[in-house]
Amino acid sequence: MSIISEITKDSVLNYIATEGKRIDGRGFDDYREIKVEKGFIKSAEGSALVSIGKTKVLVGVKVDPAEPFSDRPGEGIISTNAELLPLAYKEFETGPPNEDSIELARVVDRGIRSADIIDTASLKINEEKVWGIFIDIYVLDYDGNLMDAAALAAMAALTEAYIPKYDEQNKKVIRDRAQGKPLPLRGIVTECTFAKMGGKIMIDPCLEEEMAMEGRLTIGIMDKYVVSGQKAEQAAFTQEELFACIDKAFAKHETLKKLAMG
Amino acid sequence: MKLLLKVSKVNFMGGKSDVPLLVDGKRCDGRRVDEMRPITVSVGVLEKAIGSAYVELGNNKVIAGVYGPKECIPKHHSDPYRAIVKARYTMAPFSTDEHGRAGPNRRSTELSKVIRHVFENLIFLEVYPRTQIEIYMEVLQADGSTRCAAINAASVALANAGIQVRDLVAAVSVGKVENQVILDLKREEDNFGQSDMPIAFASRNKEVLLYQMDGKLTREEMEKAFGMARNAADLIFEKQREALKAAYAKDGAVIEEQG
Repeated sequence: MSIISEITKDSVLNYIATEGKRIDGRGFDDYREIKVEKGFIKSAEGSALVSIGKTKVLVGVKVDPAEPFSDRPGEGIISTNAELLPLAYKEFETGPPNEDSIELARVVDRGIRSADIIDTASLKINEEKVWGIFIDIYVLDYDGNLMDAAALAAMAALTEAYIPKYDEQNKKVIRDRAQGKPLPLRGIVTECTFAKMGGKIMIDPCLEEEMAMEGRLTIGIMDKYVVSGQKAEQAAFTQEELFACIDKAFAKHETLKKLAMG
Repeated sequence: MKLLLKVSKVNFMGGKSDVPLLVDGKRCDGRRVDEMRPITVSVGVLEKAIGSAYVELGNNKVIAGVYGPKECIPKHHSDPYRAIVKARYTMAPFSTDEHGRAGPNRRSTELSKVIRHVFENLIFLEVYPRTQIEIYMEVLQADGSTRCAAINAASVALANAGIQVRDLVAAVSVGKVENQVILDLKREEDNFGQSDMPIAFASRNKEVLLYQMDGKLTREEMEKAFGMARNAADLIFEKQREALKAAYAKDGAVIEEQG
């Protein structure tokens, strides 16, 4: 860990210990301002640009003909990838996905997949082809809490995504929203991320808080269900702390859901 | 086949199991909902590794080896105040029905990261500054809950390596089939069930060191699942301690467990 991040860590922890407050003055259960802009990318079948505070994440959803998995014939496929772009942060490097971008993509994917919100059975094109839903997470500006920004951007992009028309005669995809149909969605998943440090647990960590963070917990919710979970970093959570986070994730669900639906 | 009629055909995770997952309270391998598969733990199974362990959990076969503390490679990764931990969880290409590709993939990369965090919590890192501790977990035969079996093996391998740790860790999966909460998912229950939730507990205070989850569970189901997992963790700790004691009592020494 660099000397700057050691100092940042100390000041974040000191502020919590002496003032009982977060470094940016927020309450422990408060998100930073969240903005969602849908349809930002016209070349994608669905897209959304989400900012949480100064964190900025763009998600593009492409819908392309694809081969189904051999054990799921006739079912559409979902694929999620995340890029921590080098322009987003000084420590993001070029090259193949690392464990952080893989974790980000897989946690977002897990929420969408396990809540079963995309009706993959309805994505058959013909006997050979199905529609593939390709969700690409582009991190543009990193100021903490990529999980929630990416999950919200992915969800918002899916709500406005369309399935293009397939011209069977010419074997061509007609990428015209007016001729397509909306992507069939069954619900909205929302993810809430909590950071544990200095004996406190707070929602939506900013970058300085992530530097001081001892433990991280992400909870995915759809209506009355917990649909995904991921704990990371060293610190342990007691069962009580974990369920308190689940309750808070339930409490934030409606607000985040409205933001995703826009 | 009157019994089979009771089995619902709807499986939300997609696809259908060839075998019914729950019939009259019995699971596809005959277990009760809250019954763990047999688990065996052996210590010191490798010659060259500093510490090692082998775990069988049902049909899972997992071997763990620990190297270190040793010099950091590359050197600029080293931390002047504490050891760094490298953890690698991989599945052998022959461990599943279909041939897999050898080495790490996206899934194993993610799991290796969160498993590393478990052991960063357990090891007294500040005792070994500027070094690295390597934990390798190889799944040789897979039948669901492989990351749990891997963590259970690695915990014992670390102790066997003589590396100072705060505690043992036990991991077990809980989930849901046919709307029933179940303990220790085997492959079919993971693939075709409604949820999979691996949890790792520290031995003494039962704090949660690893928690992952997919599927759909209500809050009530989660609480029930946690209860089952905590009980199972106690059983695993017992097996781990027995295995460690057996390994060190070989020379005829009497081992008294402390506090």
